[in-house]
Amino acid sequence: MQKYSGFGLLKHALTYHENWQRVWRSPKPKKKYDVIIIGGGGHGLATAYYLAKEHGITNVAVIEKGYLGGGNTARNTTIVRSNYLWDEAALLYEHAMKLWEGLSQELNYNLMFSQRGVLNLGHTLQDMRDIHRRVNANRLNGIDSFALDTQGVQELVPIMDCSANRRYPVLGASWQPRAGVARHDAVAWGFARAADAMGVDLIQQCEVIDVLAEDGAARGVETRQHGVILGDRIGCVVAGNSGVLAKMAGFELPVESHPLQALVSEPIRPILDTVVMSNHVHGYISQSDKGDLVIGAGIDGYNGYGQRGSYPTIEHTLQAIVELFPMFSRVRMNRQWGGIVDTCPDACPIISETPVENLFFNCGWGTGGFKATPGSGHVFAATLARGEAHELAKPFSMYRFYDGSLVDEHGAAGVAH
Amino acid sequence: MFYIHCPYCCEYREEEEFHAKGQAHIARPADPDQCSDEEWGTYLYFRKNPRGLHHEIWVHAIGCRKFFNVTRDTQTYEIKETYKMGEQPKVTSVSDTLETEEAAQ
Ligand SMILES: Cc1cc2nc3c(=O)[nH]c(=O)nc-3n(C[C@H](O)[C@H](O)[C@H](O)COP(=O)(O)OP(=O)(O)OC[C@H]3O[C@@H](n4cnc5c(N)ncnc54)[C@H](O)[C@@H]3O)c2cc1C
Ligand SMILES: [Zn+2]
Repeated sequence: MQKYSGFGLLKHALTYHENWQRVWRSPKPKKKYDVIIIGGGGHGLATAYYLAKEHGITNVAVIEKGYLGGGNTARNTTIVRSNYLWDEAALLYEHAMKLWEGLSQELNYNLMFSQRGVLNLGHTLQDMRDIHRRVNANRLNGIDSFALDTQGVQELVPIMDCSANRRYPVLGASWQPRAGVARHDAVAWGFARAADAMGVDLIQQCEVIDVLAEDGAARGVETRQHGVILGDRIGCVVAGNSGVLAKMAGFELPVESHPLQALVSEPIRPILDTVVMSNHVHGYISQSDKGDLVIGAGIDGYNGYGQRGSYPTIEHTLQAIVELFPMFSRVRMNRQWGGIVDTCPDACPIISETPVENLFFNCGWGTGGFKATPGSGHVFAATLARGEAHELAKPFSMYRFYDGSLVDEHGAAGVAH
Repeated sequence: MFYIHCPYCCEYREEEEFHAKGQAHIARPADPDQCSDEEWGTYLYFRKNPRGLHHEIWVHAIGCRKFFNVTRDTQTYEIKETYKMGEQPKVTSVSDTLETEEAAQ
């Protein structure tokens, strides 16, 4: 793997940047792998990377029906934080946060990870009680978390209308300074490049159309483009398409796929240097390094596999943003898109064995899995390597929906991001 | 934007008058006390989530406020039919038919 550096950039400038090494190979699939990962989004690629790096398993294929990182990884609004309420979730997301903190150096790839902080606003007395409870729970778990009052919020974000005479006055917020944003594509590409360098085969434009099983154990997959590919273990990381893959393997999941939209404005001068989210008025906003305002809010209520959503949802989202930032009412929106998110009844993921032996699923991240990308890959790699759930993944078995041990994070994940 | 025919109002109205309420035709276990954890969990949480034809419940939330069923393609978003509670769909997919046959056996 050619190492990237400032000096390298200068050197390649001399040859007009025409001699850069390809970032990864495009191999023909082998007949058989130790591990097959279905889905080349951030989570699948991170899984492959940690399989090779931490467990020495390099005979691995990532099978992606489109292009790497073209699913929700490419479509999300990149908010990264770990201030979840319950221990199980908080530990998992904080595990990811710690990995984020050294990841650009580790992957030798600029992830543009920017710890600019995240505010979760409160607009009612009950909001504020929930915020205090969550902040205290976070601190007990060693996660940086603070409760701010109106003035504290106003000082951080002078352009937000925090006056008392708003319809939904800002009473305060939770504040996680280590939270922030990262460059979505770079995460997928960084993991892909590093995994490829360790021998992982990244197979794009290859759709899995069936999961092959014998005597209740998975043996491989059938693909549309390259026929049968065998694997000793299979990890399925296909986000919105998890229900489709589960059906191929013959079972149902407690997951439903919904469209989730986001939009960005025309680029404007730097004006917002943190991330602002509100469950109550239901919207969130940050500003990218390019200058566009990145905006999102909620899923469309119906199931959908179209990577688009309804206009009423966009309208509601922008109403919330203008409620908080009246000054943005005249900013023009530039682009709008949708992804298919795999929502779980308790707003927590599924990292789990399944009714089919040797077939594992990592899904249900729904509207908020980007922040977990490295952590998810890390624990899923361990799960695949050992054939049993990593300690942090144990609470997230799909069978928790049988015994009732749900991890209810609807409060911390109230606005869909 | 959906334009949805409410089978009670017998009129097409815009999507914003409605809310989607999830998979239709889920039978409540006849004797919940006799259910295993697995049966009860399946009833509460596990869903079909098909990519294609789906039968789902909608409510005419700011119209007549009645619940009804919709058969819709989750990929093209095309609404095939709407029908009242208690009625069966006319438009069905192969997997629907297979399941009914299995249940009958
Ligand atoms: C609009 C929007 C905003 C969001 N905002 C945030 C946010 O601010 N913060 C946050 O933490 N999260 C956010 N999320 C959620 C986040 O994007 C996802 O949870 C996360 O990216 C999931 O990553 P993944 O790798 O599991 O899925 P994906 O990136 O979707 O990857 C799955 C891959 O599987 C492939 N695949 C599917 N079926 C097959 C098949 N049959 N064969 C082969 N390959 C297949 C797909 O092509 C896809 O590339 C947002 C999501 C959306 C849509
Ligand atoms: Zn009606």
